[in-house]
Amino acid sequence: MPRFPKPPEGSWTQHYPELGTDPVSYEDSITPGFYEREKEAIFKRAWLNVGRVEQLPRKGSYFTKDVDAAHASIIVLRDRQGQVRAFHNICRHRGNKLVWSDDPKQDTAGFCRQFTCKYHGWRYGLDGALTFIQQEGEFFDVDKSRNGLAPVHCDVWAGFIFVNFAREPEQSLREFLGPMVTALDGYPFEKQTARFGYSTTIHANWKLYMDAFAEFYHAPVLHAKQSPEKYSTAAQQAGFEAPHYQIDGPHRMVSTSGVRFWEMDTELVKPMEILTRSGLFGPWEQIGLGEMPPGVNPAKCDPWGLDSFQLFPNFVILIWSQGWYLAYHYWPTSYNTHVFEGNVYFVPATGVRERIAQEMAAVTFKEFALQDSNTLEATQMMLETRYIDRFHLNDQEILCRHLHKVVGEWVDDHEGARK
Amino acid sequence: MSALLPERFADLEPFAAKWCLPTEHERYGMRLASTTEEMQAFYDAVVPRAEEAMAHLEGLAFDALPEDATNLLHLLYSMVQVSFPVEVWRQPRVPDSGSSSFDCLVEPVP
Repeated sequence: MPRFPKPPEGSWTQHYPELGTDPVSYEDSITPGFYEREKEAIFKRAWLNVGRVEQLPRKGSYFTKDVDAAHASIIVLRDRQGQVRAFHNICRHRGNKLVWSDDPKQDTAGFCRQFTCKYHGWRYGLDGALTFIQQEGEFFDVDKSRNGLAPVHCDVWAGFIFVNFAREPEQSLREFLGPMVTALDGYPFEKQTARFGYSTTIHANWKLYMDAFAEFYHAPVLHAKQSPEKYSTAAQQAGFEAPHYQIDGPHRMVSTSGVRFWEMDTELVKPMEILTRSGLFGPWEQIGLGEMPPGVNPAKCDPWGLDSFQLFPNFVILIWSQGWYLAYHYWPTSYNTHVFEGNVYFVPATGVRERIAQEMAAVTFKEFALQDSNTLEATQMMLETRYIDRFHLNDQEILCRHLHKVVGEWVDDHEGARK
Repeated sequence: MSALLPERFADLEPFAAKWCLPTEHERYGMRLASTTEEMQAFYDAVVPRAEEAMAHLEGLAFDALPEDATNLLHLLYSMVQVSFPVEVWRQPRVPDSGSSSFDCLVEPVP
Protein backbone atom coordinates (compact mmCIF):
# COMPACT_ATOMS: atom_id res chain seq x y z
CA MET A 1 0.00 0.00 0.00
CA PRO A 2 1.42 3.40 -0.88
CA ARG A 3 1.87 5.73 2.10
CA PHE A 4 0.52 8.64 0.10
CA PRO A 5 -2.36 8.56 -2.38
CA LYS A 6 -1.34 8.26 -6.02
CA PRO A 7 -3.20 9.89 -8.92
CA PRO A 8 -6.29 8.06 -10.25
CA GLU A 9 -4.25 6.53 -13.12
CA GLY A 10 -2.49 4.42 -10.47
CA SER A 11 0.93 6.10 -10.55
CA TRP A 12 2.53 9.52 -10.96
CA THR A 13 4.25 8.34 -14.14
CA GLN A 14 0.99 7.19 -15.76
CA HIS A 15 -0.63 10.47 -14.69
CA TYR A 16 1.68 11.98 -17.34
CA PRO A 17 1.11 9.35 -20.07
CA GLU A 18 3.52 10.97 -22.55
CA LEU A 19 6.37 9.78 -20.29
CA GLY A 20 5.67 6.08 -20.83
CA THR A 21 6.88 3.43 -18.40
CA ASP A 22 9.49 1.63 -20.52
CA PRO A 23 13.13 1.28 -19.52
CA VAL A 24 15.17 4.31 -20.63
CA SER A 25 18.44 4.83 -22.47
CA TYR A 26 21.20 7.15 -21.21
CA GLU A 27 22.80 7.39 -24.64
CA ASP A 28 22.15 11.15 -24.28
CA SER A 29 24.67 11.21 -21.40
CA ILE A 30 27.55 9.21 -22.88
CA THR A 31 27.81 10.50 -26.44
CA PRO A 32 30.18 13.39 -27.27
CA GLY A 33 28.16 14.24 -30.39
CA PHE A 34 24.94 14.53 -28.42
CA TYR A 35 26.49 17.14 -26.15
CA GLU A 36 27.31 19.24 -29.21
CA ARG A 37 23.64 18.99 -30.23
CA GLU A 38 22.49 19.96 -26.71
CA LYS A 39 24.65 23.08 -26.87
CA GLU A 40 22.85 24.33 -29.97
CA ALA A 41 19.37 23.09 -29.15
CA ILE A 42 19.24 23.78 -25.41
CA PHE A 43 21.98 25.99 -23.98
CA LYS A 44 21.80 28.49 -26.85
CA ARG A 45 17.97 28.56 -26.75
CA ALA A 46 16.73 28.22 -23.16
CA TRP A 47 16.76 30.91 -20.48
CA LEU A 48 19.72 30.19 -18.17
CA ASN A 49 20.05 31.43 -14.61
CA VAL A 50 23.49 32.98 -14.11
CA GLY A 51 23.15 34.54 -10.68
CA ARG A 52 21.13 36.68 -8.29
CA VAL A 53 20.57 40.42 -8.09
CA GLU A 54 22.33 40.52 -4.68
CA GLN A 55 25.58 39.85 -6.59
CA LEU A 56 25.07 43.30 -8.17
CA PRO A 57 24.50 45.46 -5.07
CA ARG A 58 24.95 48.90 -6.73
CA LYS A 59 25.24 50.75 -10.02
CA GLY A 60 28.48 49.63 -11.69
CA SER A 61 28.60 46.24 -9.96
CA TYR A 62 29.42 43.45 -12.38
CA PHE A 63 30.39 39.78 -12.59
CA THR A 64 31.57 37.65 -15.48
CA LYS A 65 30.30 34.18 -16.29
CA ASP A 66 31.73 31.63 -18.68
CA VAL A 67 29.01 29.40 -20.09
CA ASP A 68 30.91 26.68 -21.86
CA ALA A 69 27.74 24.91 -23.03
CA ALA A 70 26.70 28.03 -24.96
CA HIS A 71 30.31 28.70 -25.97
CA ALA A 72 30.00 32.11 -24.36
CA SER A 73 31.54 34.38 -21.79
CA ILE A 74 29.42 37.27 -20.58
CA ILE A 75 29.53 40.35 -18.38
CA VAL A 76 26.45 40.82 -16.18
CA LEU A 77 26.17 44.29 -14.67
CA ARG A 78 23.95 46.89 -13.08
CA ASP A 79 23.89 50.02 -15.24
CA ARG A 80 23.52 53.68 -14.25
CA GLN A 81 19.73 53.38 -14.25
CA GLY A 82 19.92 50.37 -11.90
CA GLN A 83 18.94 47.98 -14.69
CA VAL A 84 20.55 44.51 -14.84
CA ARG A 85 22.10 43.92 -18.28
CA ALA A 86 24.33 41.36 -19.96
CA PHE A 87 26.89 41.65 -22.77
CA HIS A 88 29.26 39.30 -24.50
CA ASN A 89 32.64 39.75 -22.84
CA ILE A 90 34.50 40.56 -26.06
CA CYS A 91 36.22 43.75 -27.18
CA ARG A 92 35.09 45.05 -30.56
CA HIS A 93 38.63 45.86 -31.59
CA ARG A 94 40.68 42.64 -31.79
CA GLY A 95 38.39 40.22 -29.97
CA ASN A 96 40.17 40.18 -26.62
CA LYS A 97 38.22 39.05 -23.57
CA LEU A 98 37.27 42.44 -22.14
CA VAL A 99 36.89 41.79 -18.40
CA TRP A 100 39.10 39.37 -16.50
CA SER A 101 41.58 39.53 -13.66
CA ASP A 102 44.84 37.62 -13.59
CA ASP A 103 43.58 34.40 -15.18
CA PRO A 104 41.31 34.88 -18.22
CA LYS A 105 39.85 31.40 -17.67
CA GLN A 106 38.47 32.37 -14.24
CA ASP A 107 35.28 34.32 -13.61
CA THR A 108 35.64 37.61 -11.81
CA ALA A 109 33.47 40.26 -10.15
CA GLY A 110 33.81 43.85 -9.04
CA PHE A 111 32.68 47.43 -9.43
CA CYS A 112 33.55 50.00 -12.09
CA ARG A 113 32.33 53.08 -13.98
CA GLN A 114 33.45 51.78 -17.37
CA PHE A 115 35.30 48.82 -18.87
CA THR A 116 38.74 49.31 -20.43
CA CYS A 117 40.23 46.60 -22.61
CA LYS A 118 43.61 45.43 -21.27
CA TYR A 119 44.96 45.07 -24.80
CA HIS A 120 44.69 48.48 -26.52
CA GLY A 121 42.60 50.51 -24.09
CA TRP A 122 39.24 50.71 -25.87
CA ARG A 123 36.57 51.75 -23.36
CA TYR A 124 32.90 50.89 -22.96
CA GLY A 125 30.23 52.44 -20.74
CA LEU A 126 27.90 50.48 -18.46
CA ASP A 127 25.29 50.70 -21.24
CA GLY A 128 27.72 48.85 -23.51
CA ALA A 129 28.46 51.91 -25.67
CA LEU A 130 31.96 52.26 -27.09
CA THR A 131 33.16 55.54 -25.57
CA PHE A 132 36.88 55.72 -26.35
CA ILE A 133 39.25 54.46 -29.02
CA GLN A 134 42.98 54.83 -28.36
CA GLN A 135 44.48 56.89 -31.25
CA GLU A 136 41.11 57.02 -32.95
CA GLY A 137 42.54 59.03 -35.86
CA GLU A 138 44.61 56.03 -36.98
CA PHE A 139 41.47 54.00 -37.76
CA PHE A 140 39.41 53.89 -40.93
CA ASP A 141 35.73 54.81 -40.63
CA VAL A 142 34.94 53.26 -37.24
CA ASP A 143 31.50 54.46 -36.18
CA LYS A 144 31.64 54.33 -32.37
CA SER A 145 27.85 54.44 -32.12
CA ARG A 146 27.65 51.13 -34.02
CA ASN A 147 30.40 49.31 -32.15
CA GLY A 148 29.16 48.92 -28.63
CA LEU A 149 29.38 45.62 -26.75
CA ALA A 150 27.19 42.85 -28.16
CA PRO A 151 24.15 42.55 -25.88
CA VAL A 152 22.79 39.29 -24.50
CA HIS A 153 19.07 38.92 -23.74
CA CYS A 154 18.75 39.34 -20.00
CA ASP A 155 15.78 39.39 -17.63
CA VAL A 156 15.15 39.00 -13.91
CA TRP A 157 12.57 36.85 -12.15
CA ALA A 158 12.30 36.77 -8.32
CA GLY A 159 15.80 38.23 -8.08
CA PHE A 160 17.27 35.47 -10.29
CA ILE A 161 19.14 36.83 -13.32
CA PHE A 162 18.54 34.86 -16.51
CA VAL A 163 20.18 35.20 -19.93
CA ASN A 164 19.26 33.78 -23.30
CA PHE A 165 21.80 33.36 -26.10
CA ALA A 166 19.28 33.06 -28.94
CA ARG A 167 19.25 35.89 -31.47
CA GLU A 168 15.57 36.30 -30.57
CA PRO A 169 14.29 34.14 -27.67
CA GLU A 170 11.23 32.10 -28.66
CA GLN A 171 9.52 32.96 -25.35
CA SER A 172 9.78 35.72 -22.78
CA LEU A 173 11.35 34.63 -19.49
CA ARG A 174 7.96 34.48 -17.72
CA GLU A 175 6.42 32.45 -20.55
CA PHE A 176 9.40 30.10 -20.42
CA LEU A 177 9.13 29.65 -16.64
CA GLY A 178 5.41 28.92 -16.88
CA PRO A 179 2.70 28.85 -14.19
CA MET A 180 4.22 26.26 -11.84
CA VAL A 181 7.48 28.15 -11.37
CA THR A 182 6.06 31.69 -11.42
CA ALA A 183 3.62 30.64 -8.67
CA LEU A 184 6.71 31.04 -6.43
CA ASP A 185 6.41 34.83 -6.95
CA GLY A 186 6.47 36.42 -3.53
CA TYR A 187 8.64 33.78 -1.84
CA PRO A 188 11.19 35.87 0.10
CA PHE A 189 14.38 34.85 -1.72
CA GLU A 190 15.62 38.43 -1.23
CA LYS A 191 15.61 38.12 2.57
CA GLN A 192 17.85 35.04 2.49
CA THR A 193 21.19 36.62 1.72
CA ALA A 194 23.51 34.66 4.05
CA ARG A 195 25.14 32.27 1.60
CA PHE A 196 27.35 29.20 1.78
CA GLY A 197 28.61 28.69 -1.79
CA TYR A 198 30.24 25.48 -3.00
CA SER A 199 31.66 24.36 -6.32
CA THR A 200 33.15 21.18 -7.71
CA THR A 201 34.02 19.55 -11.01
CA ILE A 202 32.10 16.31 -11.55
CA HIS A 203 33.27 13.62 -13.95
CA ALA A 204 29.80 12.78 -15.16
CA ASN A 205 27.25 14.14 -17.60
CA TRP A 206 25.27 17.08 -16.20
CA LYS A 207 21.93 15.24 -16.54
CA LEU A 208 23.10 12.37 -14.34
CA TYR A 209 23.58 14.80 -11.44
CA MET A 210 20.21 16.41 -12.19
CA ASP A 211 18.80 12.88 -11.94
CA ALA A 212 20.56 12.26 -8.63
CA PHE A 213 18.83 15.22 -6.99
CA ALA A 214 15.54 14.61 -8.83
CA GLU A 215 14.73 11.50 -6.82
CA PHE A 216 15.02 10.64 -3.13
CA TYR A 217 14.60 6.89 -3.68
CA HIS A 218 18.40 6.73 -3.25
CA ALA A 219 18.51 8.59 0.05
CA PRO A 220 17.91 5.80 2.62
CA VAL A 221 20.48 3.59 0.85
CA LEU A 222 23.29 5.79 -0.46
CA HIS A 223 23.23 8.04 2.61
CA ALA A 224 22.64 5.31 5.21
CA LYS A 225 26.03 5.90 6.81
CA GLN A 226 25.19 9.55 7.55
CA SER A 227 22.87 8.65 10.42
CA PRO A 228 22.88 6.54 13.59
CA GLU A 229 22.35 2.88 12.68
CA LYS A 230 18.91 2.67 14.23
CA TYR A 231 17.63 5.56 12.10
CA SER A 232 19.27 4.22 8.91
CA THR A 233 17.75 0.79 9.40
CA ALA A 234 14.28 2.21 9.96
CA ALA A 235 14.62 4.58 6.99
CA GLN A 236 15.74 1.78 4.67
CA GLN A 237 12.90 -0.49 5.77
CA ALA A 238 10.38 2.29 5.17
CA GLY A 239 11.84 3.25 1.78
CA PHE A 240 11.05 6.59 0.19
CA GLU A 241 7.78 7.90 -1.15
CA ALA A 242 6.97 11.46 -2.10
CA PRO A 243 3.49 12.79 -1.49
CA HIS A 244 3.47 14.95 -4.62
CA TYR A 245 5.03 15.29 -8.07
CA GLN A 246 4.23 17.90 -10.69
CA ILE A 247 5.35 18.56 -14.26
CA ASP A 248 4.81 21.80 -16.16
CA GLY A 249 6.30 22.10 -19.65
CA PRO A 250 10.04 21.45 -19.45
CA HIS A 251 10.10 22.05 -15.66
CA ARG A 252 9.31 19.60 -12.84
CA MET A 253 8.98 19.49 -9.06
CA VAL A 254 8.64 17.12 -6.11
CA SER A 255 7.36 17.78 -2.60
CA THR A 256 8.49 15.56 0.26
CA SER A 257 7.00 15.07 3.68
CA GLY A 258 8.68 16.50 6.77
CA VAL A 259 10.47 14.69 9.56
CA ARG A 260 10.08 15.96 13.12
CA PHE A 261 13.60 15.13 14.34
CA TRP A 262 13.01 17.07 17.56
CA GLU A 263 10.26 14.64 18.55
CA MET A 264 12.41 11.56 17.90
CA ASP A 265 14.07 9.20 20.30
CA THR A 266 17.64 10.38 20.99
CA GLU A 267 19.06 7.10 19.64
CA LEU A 268 17.73 8.05 16.19
CA VAL A 269 19.39 11.46 16.08
CA LYS A 270 23.06 12.42 16.22
CA PRO A 271 24.24 14.12 19.44
CA MET A 272 25.47 17.14 17.42
CA GLU A 273 22.02 17.52 15.87
CA ILE A 274 20.54 17.74 19.37
CA LEU A 275 23.24 20.16 20.52
CA THR A 276 22.92 22.48 17.51
CA ARG A 277 19.19 21.82 17.00
CA SER A 278 19.82 21.41 13.27
CA GLY A 279 20.66 18.87 10.60
CA LEU A 280 19.96 17.84 7.01
CA PHE A 281 16.47 19.34 6.97
CA GLY A 282 17.82 22.59 8.43
CA PRO A 283 17.49 24.41 11.73
CA TRP A 284 14.87 22.80 13.98
CA GLU A 285 13.59 26.24 14.96
CA GLN A 286 11.53 27.16 11.93
CA ILE A 287 12.50 30.51 10.48
CA GLY A 288 9.44 32.71 10.09
CA LEU A 289 9.25 33.94 6.50
CA GLY A 290 5.61 35.01 6.56
CA GLU A 291 2.82 33.67 4.39
CA MET A 292 3.95 31.45 1.54
CA PRO A 293 2.85 32.02 -2.07
CA PRO A 294 0.62 29.30 -3.62
CA GLY A 295 3.52 27.80 -5.59
CA VAL A 296 5.23 26.66 -2.38
CA ASN A 297 4.05 23.23 -1.17
CA PRO A 298 1.34 23.28 -3.88
CA ALA A 299 -0.33 20.04 -2.69
CA LYS A 300 -0.43 21.32 0.92
CA CYS A 301 1.47 18.31 2.29
CA ASP A 302 1.46 18.15 6.08
CA PRO A 303 3.97 17.57 7.54
CA TRP A 304 5.84 19.10 4.62
CA GLY A 305 9.62 18.75 4.16
CA LEU A 306 10.74 20.43 0.97
CA ASP A 307 9.92 21.38 -2.60
CA SER A 308 12.56 20.72 -5.23
CA PHE A 309 11.85 22.72 -8.40
CA GLN A 310 13.92 21.65 -11.39
CA LEU A 311 13.98 24.48 -13.88
CA PHE A 312 14.94 23.44 -17.38
CA PRO A 313 17.67 23.01 -18.30
CA ASN A 314 20.18 23.12 -15.44
CA PHE A 315 18.86 25.04 -12.42
CA VAL A 316 17.27 23.74 -9.22
CA ILE A 317 15.57 25.73 -6.46
CA LEU A 318 15.00 23.63 -3.35
CA ILE A 319 12.80 25.25 -0.71
CA TRP A 320 12.85 23.74 2.79
CA SER A 321 9.84 23.98 5.09
CA GLN A 322 12.14 25.15 7.89
CA GLY A 323 12.69 28.49 6.14
CA TRP A 324 15.83 28.26 4.00
CA TYR A 325 16.62 27.30 0.43
CA LEU A 326 19.24 25.77 -1.85
CA ALA A 327 20.11 26.61 -5.45
CA TYR A 328 21.96 24.16 -7.69
CA HIS A 329 23.50 24.77 -11.10
CA TYR A 330 24.95 22.11 -13.38
CA TRP A 331 27.24 23.69 -16.00
CA PRO A 332 28.35 21.18 -18.62
CA THR A 333 31.97 21.40 -19.77
CA SER A 334 31.99 18.26 -21.95
CA TYR A 335 29.76 15.22 -22.51
CA ASN A 336 31.12 13.61 -19.34
CA THR A 337 32.18 16.52 -17.13
CA HIS A 338 30.41 19.46 -15.56
CA VAL A 339 30.86 22.05 -12.85
CA PHE A 340 28.33 21.72 -10.05
CA GLU A 341 27.57 24.80 -7.98
CA GLY A 342 25.56 24.47 -4.79
CA ASN A 343 24.44 27.49 -2.80
CA VAL A 344 22.83 27.35 0.64
CA TYR A 345 20.82 30.46 1.56
CA PHE A 346 19.59 31.60 4.98
CA VAL A 347 18.16 34.76 6.47
CA PRO A 348 21.29 36.33 8.02
CA ALA A 349 21.70 35.07 11.59
CA THR A 350 21.30 37.66 14.33
CA GLY A 351 22.52 35.40 17.12
CA VAL A 352 25.02 32.68 17.81
CA ARG A 353 22.58 29.76 18.15
CA GLU A 354 20.95 30.57 14.81
CA ARG A 355 24.36 30.82 13.16
CA ILE A 356 25.58 27.52 14.60
CA ALA A 357 22.37 25.83 13.42
CA GLN A 358 23.12 27.18 9.93
CA GLU A 359 26.69 25.84 10.14
CA MET A 360 25.36 22.39 11.04
CA ALA A 361 22.88 22.40 8.14
CA ALA A 362 25.52 23.58 5.65
CA VAL A 363 28.14 21.04 6.75
CA THR A 364 25.54 18.25 6.59
CA PHE A 365 24.53 19.34 3.08
CA LYS A 366 28.17 19.12 1.97
CA GLU A 367 28.66 15.62 3.38
CA PHE A 368 25.59 14.33 1.52
CA ALA A 369 26.67 16.04 -1.70
CA LEU A 370 30.12 14.42 -1.48
CA GLN A 371 28.51 10.97 -1.49
CA ASP A 372 26.24 11.91 -4.39
CA SER A 373 29.14 13.28 -6.46
CA ASN A 374 31.27 10.21 -6.06
CA THR A 375 28.45 7.88 -7.07
CA LEU A 376 27.95 9.80 -10.31
CA GLU A 377 31.45 9.08 -11.52
CA ALA A 378 30.81 5.39 -10.93
CA THR A 379 27.60 5.63 -12.97
CA GLN A 380 29.19 7.54 -15.87
CA MET A 381 32.06 5.08 -16.04
CA MET A 382 29.79 2.06 -16.37
CA LEU A 383 27.21 3.63 -18.71
CA GLU A 384 30.08 4.37 -21.09
CA THR A 385 30.92 0.65 -21.31
CA ARG A 386 27.60 0.29 -23.21
CA TYR A 387 27.20 -3.39 -22.31
CA ILE A 388 23.72 -2.55 -21.03
CA ASP A 389 21.69 0.13 -22.75
CA ARG A 390 18.22 0.11 -21.15
CA PHE A 391 17.55 0.92 -17.51
CA HIS A 392 14.48 0.72 -15.28
CA LEU A 393 12.99 3.75 -13.53
CA ASN A 394 10.33 3.47 -10.82
CA ASP A 395 7.47 5.83 -10.04
CA GLN A 396 9.60 7.79 -7.53
CA GLU A 397 12.05 8.45 -10.38
CA ILE A 398 9.45 10.08 -12.64
CA LEU A 399 11.39 13.34 -12.77
CA CYS A 400 14.52 11.63 -14.18
CA ARG A 401 12.35 10.17 -16.94
CA HIS A 402 10.96 13.63 -17.68
CA LEU A 403 14.35 15.38 -17.89
CA HIS A 404 15.76 12.98 -20.48
CA LYS A 405 12.54 13.12 -22.46
CA VAL A 406 12.50 16.93 -22.56
CA VAL A 407 16.18 17.09 -23.53
CA GLY A 408 15.47 14.75 -26.45
CA GLU A 409 12.46 16.80 -27.50
CA TRP A 410 14.34 20.10 -27.45
CA VAL A 411 17.10 18.60 -29.60
CA ASP A 412 14.59 17.06 -32.04
CA ASP A 413 12.51 20.26 -32.22
CA HIS A 414 15.54 22.39 -32.93
CA GLU A 415 16.98 20.06 -35.55
CA GLY A 416 13.54 19.46 -37.10
CA ALA A 417 12.98 23.20 -37.40
CA ARG A 418 16.30 23.61 -39.19
CA LYS A 419 15.50 20.97 -41.82
CA MET B 1 51.79 32.99 24.06
CA SER B 2 48.68 35.02 24.83
CA ALA B 3 45.34 33.26 25.17
CA LEU B 4 43.12 32.93 22.09
CA LEU B 5 39.90 32.20 23.99
CA PRO B 6 37.97 34.07 26.70
CA GLU B 7 39.41 33.32 30.16
CA ARG B 8 36.39 31.24 31.20
CA PHE B 9 37.30 28.75 28.48
CA ALA B 10 40.97 28.39 29.40
CA ASP B 11 40.49 24.60 29.58
CA LEU B 12 39.90 24.59 25.79
CA GLU B 13 43.05 26.62 25.11
CA PRO B 14 45.14 23.49 24.22
CA PHE B 15 42.80 22.98 21.21
CA ALA B 16 42.57 26.62 20.18
CA ALA B 17 45.66 26.99 18.01
CA LYS B 18 44.64 23.99 15.91
CA TRP B 19 40.87 24.46 15.68
CA CYS B 20 40.12 28.22 15.86
CA LEU B 21 39.99 28.47 12.08
CA PRO B 22 37.98 31.20 10.33
CA THR B 23 37.00 29.39 7.11
CA GLU B 24 35.22 26.16 6.25
CA HIS B 25 38.06 25.37 3.85
CA GLU B 26 40.56 25.41 6.72
CA ARG B 27 38.30 23.53 9.14
CA TYR B 28 37.51 20.79 6.63
CA GLY B 29 41.21 20.57 5.68
CA MET B 30 42.19 20.22 9.35
CA ARG B 31 39.61 17.47 9.74
CA LEU B 32 41.10 15.50 6.84
CA ALA B 33 44.60 16.05 8.26
CA SER B 34 43.62 14.71 11.72
CA THR B 35 43.23 11.23 13.12
CA THR B 36 39.95 10.07 14.63
CA GLU B 37 41.68 9.92 18.03
CA GLU B 38 42.76 13.58 17.79
CA MET B 39 39.24 14.61 16.82
CA GLN B 40 37.73 12.47 19.56
CA ALA B 41 39.92 14.24 22.18
CA PHE B 42 38.86 17.66 20.87
CA TYR B 43 35.20 16.60 20.68
CA ASP B 44 35.25 15.20 24.24
CA ALA B 45 36.71 18.44 25.56
CA VAL B 46 34.51 20.92 23.68
CA VAL B 47 31.07 19.28 23.69
CA PRO B 48 30.53 19.52 27.48
CA ARG B 49 31.43 23.24 27.27
CA ALA B 50 29.37 24.02 24.16
CA GLU B 51 26.20 25.10 25.94
CA GLU B 52 28.17 27.47 28.19
CA ALA B 53 30.11 28.77 25.19
CA MET B 54 26.89 29.55 23.28
CA ALA B 55 25.43 31.24 26.37
CA HIS B 56 28.61 33.33 26.70
CA LEU B 57 28.46 34.39 23.05
CA GLU B 58 24.77 35.19 23.34
CA GLY B 59 25.65 37.81 25.93
CA LEU B 60 27.68 39.75 23.33
CA ALA B 61 26.61 41.72 20.27
CA PHE B 62 26.73 39.15 17.45
CA ASP B 63 27.72 41.70 14.81
CA ALA B 64 30.63 43.04 16.90
CA LEU B 65 32.22 40.04 18.61
CA PRO B 66 35.64 40.71 20.15
CA GLU B 67 38.53 38.62 18.87
CA ASP B 68 38.52 36.02 21.65
CA ALA B 69 34.76 35.48 21.23
CA THR B 70 35.17 35.13 17.46
CA ASN B 71 37.83 32.50 18.13
CA LEU B 72 35.41 30.68 20.42
CA LEU B 73 32.75 30.75 17.70
CA HIS B 74 35.22 29.32 15.18
CA LEU B 75 36.06 26.60 17.71
CA LEU B 76 32.35 25.71 17.84
CA TYR B 77 32.24 25.56 14.03
CA SER B 78 35.16 23.10 14.21
CA MET B 79 33.20 21.10 16.80
CA VAL B 80 30.38 20.78 14.23
CA GLN B 81 32.95 19.79 11.60
CA VAL B 82 34.56 16.98 13.65
CA SER B 83 31.26 15.66 15.01
CA PHE B 84 30.56 13.80 11.75
CA PRO B 85 33.62 11.52 11.87
CA VAL B 86 33.50 11.20 15.66
CA GLU B 87 29.81 10.39 16.05
CA VAL B 88 29.25 8.10 13.09
CA TRP B 89 32.02 7.28 10.63
CA ARG B 90 35.20 6.79 12.69
CA GLN B 91 37.16 8.13 9.71
CA PRO B 92 37.87 11.72 8.57
CA ARG B 93 36.02 11.48 5.22
CA VAL B 94 32.40 10.59 4.69
CA PRO B 95 32.24 6.92 3.53
CA ASP B 96 31.96 6.27 -0.21
CA SER B 97 33.12 9.73 -1.23
CA GLY B 98 36.38 8.54 -2.86
CA SER B 99 38.26 11.39 -4.47
CA SER B 100 35.31 13.77 -4.76
CA SER B 101 35.64 17.29 -3.41
CA PHE B 102 33.21 20.09 -2.70
CA ASP B 103 34.93 23.40 -2.12
CA CYS B 104 33.32 26.09 0.00
CA LEU B 105 34.03 29.42 -1.72
CA VAL B 106 31.71 31.75 0.21
CA GLU B 107 30.30 31.59 3.74
CA PRO B 108 28.63 34.01 6.15
CA VAL B 109 30.97 36.01 8.42
CA PRO B 110 31.12 35.55 11.35
